[in-house]
Amino acid sequence: MTKALKINKSTEQGILELLKFLLEKGKVKGVFTLKKISNDGAVAYSLITKPDELKDAVPLYPLMPTNAGKLLSRFTLKGSSNEPVAAVVKPCELRAFIELVKLEQGSLENLFFISSTCGGVYPLKMAADGTIEKNLSKYWDAVKKGEIPTDLRSACKGCEEFKPYTADMTVDLIGKNDIDKQCMIFLNNKKGEELTKGVKGEFLEKAIDKGKIDKFQIKRESEKKKLFDEIEAKTKGMDGLIEIFGKCIGCHGCSNVCPICYCKLCEFDSSDSEYKPSNYEIELKKRGGLRVPPGTLYYQLGRLTHVTVSCVGCGACEDVCPVDIPLSIIFKKVGESVQKMFEYVPGRDIKEEIPLITFEEEEFTEVED
Amino acid sequence: MKKDEEFMPKILAFLCNWCSYAGADLAGTSRLKYPPSILPIRVMCSSRVDPLFVIKAYLGGADGVLVAGCHPGDCHYQKGNYYTRRRFASLQKIFEDIGLESERFRLSWISASEGPRYAKVATEFTEKIKKLGKNSVKNEIFL
Repeated sequence: MTKALKINKSTEQGILELLKFLLEKGKVKGVFTLKKISNDGAVAYSLITKPDELKDAVPLYPLMPTNAGKLLSRFTLKGSSNEPVAAVVKPCELRAFIELVKLEQGSLENLFFISSTCGGVYPLKMAADGTIEKNLSKYWDAVKKGEIPTDLRSACKGCEEFKPYTADMTVDLIGKNDIDKQCMIFLNNKKGEELTKGVKGEFLEKAIDKGKIDKFQIKRESEKKKLFDEIEAKTKGMDGLIEIFGKCIGCHGCSNVCPICYCKLCEFDSSDSEYKPSNYEIELKKRGGLRVPPGTLYYQLGRLTHVTVSCVGCGACEDVCPVDIPLSIIFKKVGESVQKMFEYVPGRDIKEEIPLITFEEEEFTEVED
Repeated sequence: MKKDEEFMPKILAFLCNWCSYAGADLAGTSRLKYPPSILPIRVMCSSRVDPLFVIKAYLGGADGVLVAGCHPGDCHYQKGNYYTRRRFASLQKIFEDIGLESERFRLSWISASEGPRYAKVATEFTEKIKKLGKNSVKNEIFL
């Protein structure tokens, strides 16, 4: 039975209390969490070292300004943190970070992870126009009841990986009806137990309520199926792809925000991928016409092959797309089918190797001819 | 091409330097007959073939793409072809998922001594592509 920490305060307050405790006792030297910038829904990930600065921290805010996995990777890219830092992140952000560490783009050393069962996040647009604040009570009502909040990022609506795999502590949110009165934090390992020693609260032997989780899982599953079926009908074949990606303006925003697209020198941004006059001539001779600039589908399919095996389905790509291409569902759907082939869940376990950099001697003989 | 002329596909072949390219060479020096549909590109190892190469070829209108390397266990670099196989499997899966013609791609192991096998693969694959017909992507303007 895993241990749990019960704090008799609202869940948000409880976490803040815990973070403050960690900073004050010197158990961690920094906290990485979402922090309010203004009152109209603007939040940003921040590193906080002074306990007082936690007053504007909103660790459970249903928004993902940037995938925290990407941010933590930048934080630890040139070397691991010298001091212990507690990071409050969403499950998919944690998984993204684990993938990045596997890709040698960050380090887990000196980092502690606090995650939660995740209800999902709202699209960035709602933070931009301030409507997110009005929706917060609705969001938490749905989470309390174990329902899927409306108007979420579409990737979140059908996300089945709402429970963190490798967090040191998991905050109980989904289906917890007394969120406003009580904070329940599951301590998943020794690190979590060590850190929380001395916190004002009650320590229990308690595991996460599986029934609650399973019920929510079923809801998410059926929502996912709906989303996948919709996209399946749209993306079939070249005509479907041309229609769906035809709107792409080539801003490469999706790859810029994608935690898995980590290459600093991207093939698609390099001058190598620019067409020479002779390329245009050849293409035009063949086709009798050409979209300018060419290579939209090449970019999207290329990204698909590069990313899918590690795609955590966070939905950041779709969220920044200025022309609303349903990227996250396409990537999630294709990603899941490729990942299934390798029995791989990105970010599930740091010890699991990324399928494309490992192999078995006897496998996939059906693709040989 | 005249209408009654038979369709001769264009197949891009990525051949590994150590096995398949030598195999192709042997097919040539042995004067084996195979269709003139293959356009070979020599790569140092089949694992050098980024899925992007295959996609680029497909979108560029290649009727087929062949990736060939040493037999498993015989890779000049010990394990390159194992990676190729995984990559190829995932690429095929992706193409199936989005409803593109994954059957236009082929992965084959051809060793340096297998001239006849090279000729056979080339002939077989050409026949298969002939049945599939032209790659219609060739005529797409939006890409």
